[in-house]
Amino acid sequence: MKQPPVPLLVEGKRADGRAPDQMREVKIEVGVVSNADGSAMVSYGNTVAVAAVYGPREMHPRHLSLPDRAVMRVRYHMAPFSTKDERKSPTPSRREIEISKVLREALEPAIFLEQFPRSRIDVFIEIVQADGSTRVASLTAASLALADAGIPMRDLVIGVSVGLINGVVVLDLNGLEDNYGEGDMPIGYMPNLGRFVLLQLDGAWTREQFAEALKLAIKGAEYVYGKAREALKAKYFEVAEEVAK
Amino acid sequence: MKFVAPRQLIFPGDVVATSDEVVEGAIYLDGNKYRAASIGLVEFREDKIVVVPLEGSYKPKQGDVVIGYVKDVLAMGWEIDIRAPFPAWLPLSEATSKYVDIERISLTSLLNIGDAVVATIKSIDLTDEFPVMLTLREGERLGKIESGIVYEISPVKVPRVIGKKGSMLSLLSELCDIIVGANGRIWAKCKSAEDELLLIKALAKIEAESHVAGLTDRVKALIESIKRAGQPRP
Amino acid sequence: MASVSPYAKRFVSELTRQQIRRLIASGVRIDGRALDQYRDITIRTGVVNTADGSAEVSLGRTRVISGVKIGLGQPFPDAPDEGVLIVNAEILPHSSPYTEIGPPDEAAIELARVVDRGIRHSGFVDFKRLAIDPTKVYVVWVDLYVLNDDGNLVDASNLAAIAALRSTTLPVAVKDESGVIKLDKNNRVAMPTDLSKVPLSTSIGKIDSALFVDPNLEEELSLSGKIVITISQSSIVSVQKTMGFFTESELMQAVDMAYSAKQKLQEAVLKSLV
Repeated sequence: MKQPPVPLLVEGKRADGRAPDQMREVKIEVGVVSNADGSAMVSYGNTVAVAAVYGPREMHPRHLSLPDRAVMRVRYHMAPFSTKDERKSPTPSRREIEISKVLREALEPAIFLEQFPRSRIDVFIEIVQADGSTRVASLTAASLALADAGIPMRDLVIGVSVGLINGVVVLDLNGLEDNYGEGDMPIGYMPNLGRFVLLQLDGAWTREQFAEALKLAIKGAEYVYGKAREALKAKYFEVAEEVAK
Repeated sequence: MKFVAPRQLIFPGDVVATSDEVVEGAIYLDGNKYRAASIGLVEFREDKIVVVPLEGSYKPKQGDVVIGYVKDVLAMGWEIDIRAPFPAWLPLSEATSKYVDIERISLTSLLNIGDAVVATIKSIDLTDEFPVMLTLREGERLGKIESGIVYEISPVKVPRVIGKKGSMLSLLSELCDIIVGANGRIWAKCKSAEDELLLIKALAKIEAESHVAGLTDRVKALIESIKRAGQPRP
Repeated sequence: MASVSPYAKRFVSELTRQQIRRLIASGVRIDGRALDQYRDITIRTGVVNTADGSAEVSLGRTRVISGVKIGLGQPFPDAPDEGVLIVNAEILPHSSPYTEIGPPDEAAIELARVVDRGIRHSGFVDFKRLAIDPTKVYVVWVDLYVLNDDGNLVDASNLAAIAALRSTTLPVAVKDESGVIKLDKNNRVAMPTDLSKVPLSTSIGKIDSALFVDPNLEEELSLSGKIVITISQSSIVSVQKTMGFFTESELMQAVDMAYSAKQKLQEAVLKSLV
């Protein structure tokens, strides 16, 4: 195991002062790209993801459209300036291609794609600033952007990560913990329906740690879901308050 | 059993009611529960619950009057953008009842790229290359738009522009001559530039505040206040 | 580049789909297997003599060849004392009538990365022993070639990768007169692998609420959910949900299925590998 520059967990406190089951500060804003049909910006601590949704719209080329449902196109991409190290090449890496795929497969079960045959729904996600858990922040942003676009959905999809540090299961890995921890488990969860739509894992986990991680992921997702609802409400309540004046 | 109250803001996945209730709108059935499928506002109408979506794109329905723009002129008709997820087609035979000798007359002289038309959706067939077929022959005030303005709002806000029993539309019609397209495009021809700007202000207010109760009264107040301010003092 | 919902060229009729569902509900599979039963597995090593290690795996009719090539390179800055592993997968145009020629698409990239993570986190390969000096390490290229796709490419590819790695011999690193490190291809030592830590992946399909291992192609085209769980010793080292959704209890059930499948897979692997 690689040696971290600072201890990751000391007497139940993480390097950034959080408890094991604590999220970083979560900030969510809906409707940040006025040209898009739907959009959202989500921050988990220093990780910032912006998602924009266009569609359902015409599928080009037409022969790639599906006769019984909408095609989803999902792009996860990291800005060249988003990482602490040297500039990230803007060419999509194998990692970004894989993440785009798992995000698409996490969003597809949430959307009534069958209501829009022969059309296309585009979801573009850009990581503006990366400090761990980028794919799960992306997932929350994407699902809020889809809801903001009014695309019929079964539930919101909330992303959170769970990790393993010194044998302790922790919530919401930051970049340091992602690099030096013993395990990483990004999760996508539908809070109303209790369904996991994204699940990846690496590291070395016991069955018990895995079971505990699922429980902690649900707890984290429910916390973020509360923030997501507040953000959606804010968009409409601001108008209502304005009117009341 | 109902799980919502009138005028409640709800989000995808929220439980609306058990399946023994009558529920309509942006909902889906999950086991024995109706859940919201969109960001929406709850309305109780007589014995039923309606979830009115607050966001969403235009879903074409047969019989809808829509306002479209000519995108392309083909051999036997026009491709029209009606803000739907698939292309719409206006065949020559549905554009006019008159005989047109296409050997001698170019279709562009009838409708050209960029022209706006008011049309009715004649049919929808998703297996067709152009799933939506339009007509100018079945309905009133259909055809090419020669003058006036077209203002776009979110398609889900169209019922608000019409209002309960047409109350909002009759209020707006005092200002201008209006055709409301089901696809969220609104044609208007106003007597003066002042009325045109006033109408646009009113439509923007309707779109922004559609989820807040008392909309028609507020729009009425807006129109009156601006009209009053614009008139010379006695 | 974006991930696009794939075009449904790999078509299975609604009748077959219903048949599969009906059978699964009563606990059997369209090819007669039980829900926890793998297709027949054969593993052969040393199938390509131009490679430093190789294997061919058949999982039912699915066939994957894996070749290992050893090179010299620089270590990654965050792991200066470890060798480098690079896994690449090609789903060949041979493998089905629906596979097109071209660079690895997202399915091939995901396949390679899932296999890579299982090997990397299991300790099966001792990467520390692949470091030569602070600036030079062994680079282990594992190339997976899918020859025939009859479903469950991940498990077949994972078995092919570990069998090829186990059969790999490393050319000994020597310094020439000017002090440059080179590989002596005539002088070889075994790849440092530990069979007790072998990572074994189990692909689990879901139809309605039934879970089953090792879906074949017809089943894959009928699935409502799919997840791959890789286990080494008693640890879960990699998971990838690739389709649909799972509830918490379904996930725990899938993990338990993967633990028991791992025991059987390990027997098959130990029988074929020395």
